[in-house]
Amino acid sequence: MLIKLSNIEKIYKMGLAEIRAVDGVSMEVEANEYIAIMGPSGSGKSTLMNLMGCLDTPTSGSYILNDMEVAHLKDDKLAEIRNKEIGFVFQVFNLLPRANAWQNVELPLIYSNISAKERRKRVLQALEAVGLGDRVSHRPSELSGGERQRVAIARALVNNPSLLLADEPTGNLDSKMGEEIMLVFDRLYEHMNTIIVVTHEEHIARHAKRVIRLLDGKIISDERMD
Amino acid sequence: MSILENIKIALQALNSNKLRAVLTTLGIIIGVAAVIAVVSVVQGLSYLITSELQAAGADFIIVVPNRPRGEAGEMLGRIELTYEDGLAVKEKASEVREFSPLLQRRTTVKFADDHTFTNVFGTTSSFQEINNHYVDRGRFLTKLDNDHRKRICVLGKKVVEDLDIRGNPLGRGVSIGKLSFTIVGVLEEKGQALGQNADDICIIPFKTSRLLFGEEATRRLVLYFRAQSAENIELAKEQITETLRKQHSLKSEQPDDFLVLLQKDLLERIGTILGSITAVVAGIVGISLVVGGIGIMNIMLVSVTERTREIGIRKAVGAKRRDIVFQFLIEAIILSLIGGTIGIILGYSLGTMVTKFIPQLPPAHVPLWAIALGFGFSTLVGLFFGIYPAARAGKLDPIEALRYE
Repeated sequence: MLIKLSNIEKIYKMGLAEIRAVDGVSMEVEANEYIAIMGPSGSGKSTLMNLMGCLDTPTSGSYILNDMEVAHLKDDKLAEIRNKEIGFVFQVFNLLPRANAWQNVELPLIYSNISAKERRKRVLQALEAVGLGDRVSHRPSELSGGERQRVAIARALVNNPSLLLADEPTGNLDSKMGEEIMLVFDRLYEHMNTIIVVTHEEHIARHAKRVIRLLDGKIISDERMD
Repeated sequence: MSILENIKIALQALNSNKLRAVLTTLGIIIGVAAVIAVVSVVQGLSYLITSELQAAGADFIIVVPNRPRGEAGEMLGRIELTYEDGLAVKEKASEVREFSPLLQRRTTVKFADDHTFTNVFGTTSSFQEINNHYVDRGRFLTKLDNDHRKRICVLGKKVVEDLDIRGNPLGRGVSIGKLSFTIVGVLEEKGQALGQNADDICIIPFKTSRLLFGEEATRRLVLYFRAQSAENIELAKEQITETLRKQHSLKSEQPDDFLVLLQKDLLERIGTILGSITAVVAGIVGISLVVGGIGIMNIMLVSVTERTREIGIRKAVGAKRRDIVFQFLIEAIILSLIGGTIGIILGYSLGTMVTKFIPQLPPAHVPLWAIALGFGFSTLVGLFFGIYPAARAGKLDPIEALRYE
């Protein structure tokens, strides 16, 4: 089992009011699953993704990732897990504007002390996997939206993470480019990656093999598609 | 993450905002430039004085009349130092080999219709060796000149020019005060040094200067000595002190009424004076470095805010807190080092320019330690003022940083 969430809660305090962004979520994810997390805005899906991505820690509950309890680790330990185990793809791409495609993809490797030679090999592999082998020295501003998102996916892949997390990956793209990006994810799934996509669009969710629906911080449905 | 990667990132970031980087470091540039300029001038001075003193030799001793400050000084009567004192020292102090008295007065020297106000030195034959200033034409004073109170003089180049003496000056007559003298020699040209023109000088035999300035004027002299050897100079100093105390009939509770200065003492004193000048300037400059440092802190804080999202991205892909702290710290240090480098170059040019335009000053001289100091200070300033912004960057929460617009 790759992920086991048990009774995860995330509570924000706003003055006297308590907001239960994630309210007792339990779920399990096996390796090489393709999951869409759906829900209206405010349903807690982004918070859940941040928790699963180790960007944040839950108020209570247990999160076992790769047989390791990660729910209450310190910042630097979480950074290490993000670096090794998790690849993020964001709605707004989040590339470094001054760095070119190559340097953006290389970033996670720089923080994991990998030799320059090994880095070159892996960056090229990742860029080729998303079909951008010929755009390595372009800066984000010189790339189309779809290309930017593919650079971001290459960056997410480059450290061979256990889990790919995508938060509305097509939200800033037109439908044609969006569909292209989803095809990239489909292909990555076929290559044994584990993918979780957060979205509120049904046609995006249809690419996934399992759809989890959230409302008010709780899971209201969890169905497998075939 | 290696330092090299950090440096690369920092250079990239600074490169994208060159004008801002340079403006930010202006404070550091000015501070370091001021240090280097002052140090280069002061060091040039010190270099010159030191080499002149060293040319005089390590066996060189000067004795000057001196009343100690405060209560001790009040225990003494008249302060005198005479030619006879010098002779007594030469006779009794076995470690002293040579002696030359020096009576200096500023007075008028006349030739035909021209006259000039110059430094008249009453001294003896060893003066030229002691002062390292030799005759160019004719001869210097001899023992005989002194013993016979001869009315002869040796002139500096400037005096010859000021008196408008054309042709061969040797054998011509000049008048000094009420007496007339014959020129027997002209000194080699030495030029300006430390605001004094070494060529504006007229040398006459010491005993003759007694006639000229009166007995009274010769009772507070400066005495020059040479020791037998540089090794035994401390012994020579002891002997001189002992002899002079006896000469002046000083009781054991009374302090010395003179000061025996060895070449190394003089070097030390000059070193102390120049050192304190440097220290004062360094203090003032320190303030400008602090101001420069605050400028760097300010711009680094701006930079951290501007790059909040970048920090979020880096953290999301696995940067630890210390990776981010180092990144910004190194950027601050590099920024400050750039300022330091520009400052050192600017300061040296400034020092060189100043010494070019003021002929009395020797050429600028920048010692390696000053350059190291410039770099060291700018690194420290960058480090110190970079810590706060870097720590702030390191503390940012990745989720909030990623959300930052």
